Amino acid sequence: MYTYTDFDEAFVRERCKQFRGQVERRLDGSLTEEEFRPLRLMNGLYLQLHAYMLRIAVPYGTLRADQMRQFAMIADKWDKGYGHFTTRQNLQLNWPKLKDIPDILDALADVQMHAIQTSGNTIRNVTVDHFAGASADEFEDPRPTAELIRQWSTDHPEFQFLPRKFKIAVTGASTDRAVIRAHDIGLEMAEKDGQPGYRVLVGGGLGRTPMIGQEIRDFLPKADLLPYLEAIVSTYNVLGRRDNKYKARIKITVFENGIDTYRTLTEEEFQRTRAKFSGVDQEILADIETQFALPPLKDSDASALEAAIAVDPMLGRWVARNTATHKHDTHAIVTISLKEHGKTPGDATSAQMRVMADLAEKYGYNELRVSHEQNIILPHVAKSDLPAVFTALSKAGLATANAGLTSDIIACPGMDYCALATARAIPVAEKIALRVKELDLEDEIGLMKIKISGCINACGHHHVGHIGILGLDRAGVENYQITLGGDGTEHAAIGQRAGPGFAYDEVVPAVERLLKAYLEQRDSAEETFLDAYRRLGADPFKEALYGEASQTAA
Amino acid sequence: MARKFTPKVLTANDLLEGDVIYMTADGTWVRAHEQAELIEDETIAEMRMLTAQGQQDRIVGPYLADATMGPNGPEPTHFREVFRTKGPSNYFMGKQADSANAE
Ligand code: SF4
Repeated sequence: MYTYTDFDEAFVRERCKQFRGQVERRLDGSLTEEEFRPLRLMNGLYLQLHAYMLRIAVPYGTLRADQMRQFAMIADKWDKGYGHFTTRQNLQLNWPKLKDIPDILDALADVQMHAIQTSGNTIRNVTVDHFAGASADEFEDPRPTAELIRQWSTDHPEFQFLPRKFKIAVTGASTDRAVIRAHDIGLEMAEKDGQPGYRVLVGGGLGRTPMIGQEIRDFLPKADLLPYLEAIVSTYNVLGRRDNKYKARIKITVFENGIDTYRTLTEEEFQRTRAKFSGVDQEILADIETQFALPPLKDSDASALEAAIAVDPMLGRWVARNTATHKHDTHAIVTISLKEHGKTPGDATSAQMRVMADLAEKYGYNELRVSHEQNIILPHVAKSDLPAVFTALSKAGLATANAGLTSDIIACPGMDYCALATARAIPVAEKIALRVKELDLEDEIGLMKIKISGCINACGHHHVGHIGILGLDRAGVENYQITLGGDGTEHAAIGQRAGPGFAYDEVVPAVERLLKAYLEQRDSAEETFLDAYRRLGADPFKEALYGEASQTAA
Repeated sequence: MARKFTPKVLTANDLLEGDVIYMTADGTWVRAHEQAELIEDETIAEMRMLTAQGQQDRIVGPYLADATMGPNGPEPTHFREVFRTKGPSNYFMGKQADSANAE
């Protein structure tokens, strides 16, 4: 698996040292908060509602067992024994103390990790398909590309003060699990006339003004990636609006100028940027690619699994729900659910982190992934090892068989932690999950993506939830807006607002009505909620939410 | 006519701990909302803000939050401020746990 170079190591250590000095100067009063704030944000340190929060980068969501174990150590030693995995494939610690941050950053650097560029108007952690390098439907692993982009963008002198933050996502599979159409730049690995490259999308994003990314290039040869990205970002750097924070994202720049103009300007800039790149980046990429090669997989006899399932229906259910098809039929991709019913989506205790690290080491070729859906993935597990993995996960409260089901909810921290929140998100997720378990409807409902954000910034991706829930503050009371029909895949769509919002206590019953309306109206068990919504339109669902009378009014 | 001033407390986060703090009438910082000074006059509010801004070496992000007088002292009126007096709702952590320990 990829390990950072000496250069990265030196850079990260230097940043740790600098930040230690900055914290000291803040504590002795020689730096004001105004001066210190941008410095701490550059190192992923936020101040939230109840405490500081440290956002640790997990580059393209990939980590090793020792790194996961280090998270556990840090959570125990300097935090409250747990961490929160986010939709950006990062880890957030919710209770660190300012004076401890330099020690935490050192401890992270010991395992080649850091919190750089997890904040600020920079190019953020590049996210990828969490099944990268493993999935049967993948034609190329997107992680070498993501790593190349990471190296290019880290501390890039021109891109430290962009008009706004900038997010890039890459996928190499036919199913888009990385929500690339909701990113500033989305890259889809492609091939043309036998030549490898990318399809490039630009201007997607959620938040205040949600937009689906548009195609700027139908095919970009692989070798042109960095100069082309540089051209897109440089164009944005010049054209992007710095006068209004809400209009500063590239999606607005693309929208205001039109994709054709944006493309023309980018292509012009590309002629210049291409001359700057000597091709060294492609040598680096070739080297990175070898390091991401699939580990040599062991032999595995799937019949042992069949036998175990025959006597353990719980195992069977979990295998059916939480494993996905691997490139090699001797192996499977395991989704470790961080969505036990009634628990906080995306949270793991330090003990659970250690269990996951141990399993990765013992059965998973030392690899783990953080998914944007706030679960942990073991990308390569021999089928014959699945029973042992399931047993170990069960003991740790990590074997909930709900991947892709109603209770597999994305929820941002919301007003339980986040200073920007307008309402809570976590307890809404907890209650929906408990209710659907009580009703025992999950299996019947099948694929369902509920996504909840605690404010318009949409970290919980509510716009692309089949059912999206947005928490707002309406005249000093929590109020929840429901959107329907969103989709984060290759058929991406922004959910449509169903009508007036619901009070905190009314949200779960409202969702329940939606689920039941779907079950009543679907034409078969194969028709998912989203398909039914697309076939039937919003009306039957609005009726379920608001009753017949209000439908015309809404 | 001048707008009527809604009573406020002055609140911030502690620089070292990061937790929520409130200013008392004598300009010191406390952890309990009820012990805060309920500021009912705009001029005093402005003065308190100036004092707080001069204490940058101890606090972060001071602001005035609406409050009202209750039986044990000032109480928050907005739900965000209510959450700040307690801590997160998904775990028994933060102020709710700290005050339980103190008792
Ligand atoms: S969506 Fe809003 S409340 Fe949720 S984490 Fe993002 S900024 Fe915070």
